[in-house]
Amino acid sequence: MTTSPTSTSPTAAPAAPAAGESIEAERRGRLRVGSRRAGRRALVLGGLVAAVAATFLLALAVGSVAVPLDETLRVLAGRQPHDPRWTVVVGQIRLPRALTAALAGAALGVAGLQMQTLFRNPLADPYSLGVSSGASLGVALVVAGIGGSGGTFTARVAGSDRFGVVIAGAAGAAVVLAAVLLLANWVRSVVTLLVIGVILGSAVSSVVSLLLTWTAPERAIQYWTWSLGSFAGTSSSDLTVFAPAVGLGLLVALASVKPLNALLLGENYARTLGLRLRRVRAVTLLGASVLAGAVTAFCGPVAFLGIAVPHVARRLLDTADHRVLVPGTLLTGALLALACSIAAQLPGTGLVLPINVITALVGAPIVIAVLLRARVDVAGVG
Amino acid sequence: MTQTTQTTQATQAGLCLEDLAVGYRRRALRPSSLRGRPGRSVRSGRAVLAGLSAAAPRGQLTVLLGPNGIGKSTLLRTLAGLQPPLAGRVRLDGADLGQLSGAERARLVGVVLTDRVQIGLLTAAELVGLGRHPHTGPTGRLTDADHAIVRWALDAVHARHLAGRPVDELSDGERQRVMMARALAQEPSMILLDEPTAFLDAPSRVTVTALLRRLARERNLAVIVSTHDLELSLRVADQVWLVDRTGALHTGHPDEVVGSGAVNTSFDGDDLRFDPATRTFELRGPL
Repeated sequence: MTTSPTSTSPTAAPAAPAAGESIEAERRGRLRVGSRRAGRRALVLGGLVAAVAATFLLALAVGSVAVPLDETLRVLAGRQPHDPRWTVVVGQIRLPRALTAALAGAALGVAGLQMQTLFRNPLADPYSLGVSSGASLGVALVVAGIGGSGGTFTARVAGSDRFGVVIAGAAGAAVVLAAVLLLANWVRSVVTLLVIGVILGSAVSSVVSLLLTWTAPERAIQYWTWSLGSFAGTSSSDLTVFAPAVGLGLLVALASVKPLNALLLGENYARTLGLRLRRVRAVTLLGASVLAGAVTAFCGPVAFLGIAVPHVARRLLDTADHRVLVPGTLLTGALLALACSIAAQLPGTGLVLPINVITALVGAPIVIAVLLRARVDVAGVG
Repeated sequence: MTQTTQTTQATQAGLCLEDLAVGYRRRALRPSSLRGRPGRSVRSGRAVLAGLSAAAPRGQLTVLLGPNGIGKSTLLRTLAGLQPPLAGRVRLDGADLGQLSGAERARLVGVVLTDRVQIGLLTAAELVGLGRHPHTGPTGRLTDADHAIVRWALDAVHARHLAGRPVDELSDGERQRVMMARALAQEPSMILLDEPTAFLDAPSRVTVTALLRRLARERNLAVIVSTHDLELSLRVADQVWLVDRTGALHTGHPDEVVGSGAVNTSFDGDDLRFDPATRTFELRGPL
């Protein structure tokens, strides 16, 4: 057995640098290449953190009434601002809204990333398996008066008591999620699973349409309003449920960066690396669906962020490595959702646009640009 | 069934098939926990190949040959643990691979499949780093030692210069070498390769095949490679596993397998004939 010093044993290689000069040269080379990439990524991640913080502050300061930044900080610090109304505007209206937007954006972005990696499909998004359709069905059932007493419902949707909508949305999402998880146990191919999810979503959507044709127009419009999405309806007490649910989902995603990376190679390679595919698939679907379901229940089916944000993060960070990409997507999602939330309030005017109008207007060009930039032979998830 | 290797293989270092049957189980709506028990009867599935007994010693290049569609990939998938055997056992250095967990097996068996890997935004070094998966902690962070192994693996396949290149910019030959480096980075005892030279031009084929033999020797690996490149593989292989048209497995040194006439019974057709003397195919009759 003849061996050359550089290729004898991998464990011996670092301990015994036989050709010191070349090893030193190659270490410098590795450091040069490796550290430049790592440095760039750290820079981008740091920039994202700063941008999220700045946008968050901006989301508190601008709107129908502009509050000076120093006064905004003063309210945040719990002190009395110049104008006492600003305490209410910033602390009770804009703070929950900005927190909701940041959490929802992070949740949808990360869920989209999980789904795109799991399905190895650049068009997969948090709703690919019909979670939002399930939530829609739940809300539609309530609106149509089947799930609750119709008389008080208008008040519920209007925001004084959103309990019914949130519960209905969450229950609908959970039912679809359970069905999909059950299917995922039987269906071996992820492509089949994805197709089933899309078809299931379409079927559920048509049931929603059917329900709404039998609903009085003045009640159906409540559903319509919900379906346009809003970050503004979440109260502080809503946040005590919403924030932990999103936090849990994000933790699951952050804890599964290693299996997600292995899945980049495809399911067969991932299995030869020792990945327990069924378990990883179930945990990922569960985590992504909790994220998407929570957002849909509290904010409505917010479109486009889930599909667009992972692509933006990949381009920004120039990597498919989930150890960088999951935090990057989390931050990018929060940033874009906050920006959309600010845009939706149309600063300087009293108008408020539906959040889905903004996310679609921002998201659609991004998705199209990404698809145009992606080369034909590249799947686009890596 | 010709059995040219010795029968006392249990103690031998390397891979050992014991009366193995491979194929596909009948699709049944049963929980997965009931499937895949070793030693179950073949009746519950469709056996593609059965009664396989063979050895692939460490330090040697074993080539798996046979006509298209005979079940070579199914056999390799079974050896890789991607599907359970229908019957029999697969032992590596005496350990029953069927009894190991996925992570344990991943530390023993490196695999290069025909699946095309499409990862745009990953460098070759990062791709090879994924091979450290069975050895890294819960976050998958690579230590300095892991990075050293990645560099060593790239060196071993002469691909160090590709380390910083995006995977989707590599040629087929370069990509195949990087995938081999990824398998090496698992620090396995055995490497399985399913038609690694299929999409390569002639020089790359020779390079990759020679590389496989060198890796087997230098790293004392059992290397098992399926290929259609009969002429080249008969020249460089240490062991041949030949599945003939009846599904019987002929094993042994290339000389023995060629001498037994098994190559002729497996591959000769109306137009083409294998000449044992020159070990090349020749056309039969006028075109």
